[in-house]
Amino acid sequence: MTDPHDQAGEIRSYTMNFGPQHPAAHGVLRLVMEMEGETIVRIDPHVGLLHRGTEKLAESKPFNHSIGYMDRLDYVSMMCNEHAYVRAIEQLMGIEPPERAQWIRTLFDEVTRILNHLMWVGSNALDLGAMAVFLYAFREREELMDCYEAVSGARMHATYYRPGGVYRDLPARMIEYKESPWHKGKDLKRMNAWREGSMLDFLDAFAEDFQHKVDEYEELLTDNRIWKQRTVDIGIVSPEQAMALGMSGPMLRASGIEWDLRKKQPYAKYAEVDFEIPVGTRGDCYDRYLVRMAEMRQSALIIRQCVDWLRKNPGPVMVENYKVAPPKREDMKESMEALIHWFKLFTEGFSVPAGETYAAVEAPKGEFGCYLVSDGANKPFRVHLRAPGFAHLSSINEITAGHMLPDVVAMIGTYDLVFGEVDR
Amino acid sequence: MAMTQTTPRQLAERLRVHFGERIVHADVSHGQVTIEVTPAHLVETCTALRDDLGFRFAQLTDLCGVDFLSYGEGEWSTSETATTQGFGRGVTGDSAPGRFDWEHRQRHPQFLRRFASVVHLLSFEHNIRLRVRSFAPEDALPVLPTLTGVWPSANWYEREAFDLFGIVYEGHPDLRRILTDYGFVGHPFRKDFPLIGNVEVRYDPEARRVVYEPVASVTPRVTVARVVREDSRWSTAREEAADDWKDN
Repeated sequence: MTDPHDQAGEIRSYTMNFGPQHPAAHGVLRLVMEMEGETIVRIDPHVGLLHRGTEKLAESKPFNHSIGYMDRLDYVSMMCNEHAYVRAIEQLMGIEPPERAQWIRTLFDEVTRILNHLMWVGSNALDLGAMAVFLYAFREREELMDCYEAVSGARMHATYYRPGGVYRDLPARMIEYKESPWHKGKDLKRMNAWREGSMLDFLDAFAEDFQHKVDEYEELLTDNRIWKQRTVDIGIVSPEQAMALGMSGPMLRASGIEWDLRKKQPYAKYAEVDFEIPVGTRGDCYDRYLVRMAEMRQSALIIRQCVDWLRKNPGPVMVENYKVAPPKREDMKESMEALIHWFKLFTEGFSVPAGETYAAVEAPKGEFGCYLVSDGANKPFRVHLRAPGFAHLSSINEITAGHMLPDVVAMIGTYDLVFGEVDR
Repeated sequence: MAMTQTTPRQLAERLRVHFGERIVHADVSHGQVTIEVTPAHLVETCTALRDDLGFRFAQLTDLCGVDFLSYGEGEWSTSETATTQGFGRGVTGDSAPGRFDWEHRQRHPQFLRRFASVVHLLSFEHNIRLRVRSFAPEDALPVLPTLTGVWPSANWYEREAFDLFGIVYEGHPDLRRILTDYGFVGHPFRKDFPLIGNVEVRYDPEARRVVYEPVASVTPRVTVARVVREDSRWSTAREEAADDWKDN
């Protein structure tokens, strides 16, 4: 604070610093706030503290090497970021992944959406003073992270989607908890109850049960007086504002605009699954909460439809194009050409035809887009990643001016910010 | 809502008719429409794109800078000499991004000017997207008009393009750096800015503060050379797929 009182002891507007190290800043956000008492006059966010130059790094590496960087952008909705990037490459190359791969992508996009929204509801509730939701949400997050691990070997940074499909088919067995001094006997049996079959069986059981889990979170929050006092009529965004300020995803839908890329510009297999778009009416923090809760329920429904299809339809999960995908191990033992392809693919990568494209997916936070310019080389000429959080945060001054200081925390929470994607 | 979905070709045609000379060209690739607008007509064209009932691009979804320096340049020639020269010597050339000096910079015939600002627009009403590109007339000091007056979401995106590419948006209300550090020098996403950076920081125990020094702890290293290959399969595939490209 700089000199809040003048000689007469009268309070004037002062400037306050918030962050970059603050538990409610969701990472590294610094806000310089001009305040009149406890009321916000102007907010100037300082971002970029997590800037790693992902887009420039991608220019120096073959296309496939950068998939892992995408996980690290929005590190709570990893596979959706990968999806935008691989889709951009696929569009430029004119390849289409096999049907099963597209269903797997749909499945994991929705798993990711639940992962993200769980993280969001937990941390947002924590910001506003409710501890328990966080613990409940992380219980389910753990189960879904195990699915990530089962398909890719990594709990978070999966690098599972590849141009032309996905890295490998779904595992036949779900990973189980091992016996330990803390988990044994009945306890262990309960924890492994869903895990005796394949990963699809596990996800099916999870998605069926998940509706009750969402009921539990809603029990804690939806009619909670404190929660409503903190969120109802806070940070109202009008539909016109939402469009003009570049908002997307739940931020846009809570303001009453029925816009979801999964429906409007379908990709993967979203045109073939049945789901609804939850829409808000008032555009306040409470509506955004309701929209995200309803989205989790819809995601669970989509997961069950994907599981159903994937159970019935085995098949390849990667294109049979050796310029893009490695040949089978056994082919390499026999075929000289397969060996050459393998070698060229892993030493040089693949060249993408010259051109430019913009591929967008409905990531949990909003529209995550990848603008890719290729000049025909094995490395991208320019990658620009359109992160929903960047556009959302840029509106904070317009939305929160006139609010109280604690409402800024509610607003940061409802933006669902992750600085990996804002700063890139 | 529009009665029927506009196809990219129809949109490009309508743009050509509507704007005439004001747009340099409008083309369709991968089911997406790109128009190029001269800086002088940019604001006027964008305002029309936002307000005209046939377009109604209510949202500026994305804006970014592109540096077309060294477009199409590889580090390793894949002509017949490559097999005799080998890989290691191939990457020592100075033609690659980040490793040439200003006098020897490469020019691609398709992109004679260096800096472009690329805007992605979205029309909720008609469910169409549009890419608008405009090149800055000067390479040494790229200046373009700001779009913050048309779409407020351009604000931070233009700050980002200014920060990373040094494109100056004339009329921008608050053109400060956004992603790089306080006091950063240079524009890191330019192709002639080295990947390893120009300065590095360390804590100096004697001076008892963090000091900035020229980079010495790392050297630029190319693990995989940049190779441009024109693969005939792609052009065939493009022609075959030209008609059934999905929208975005």
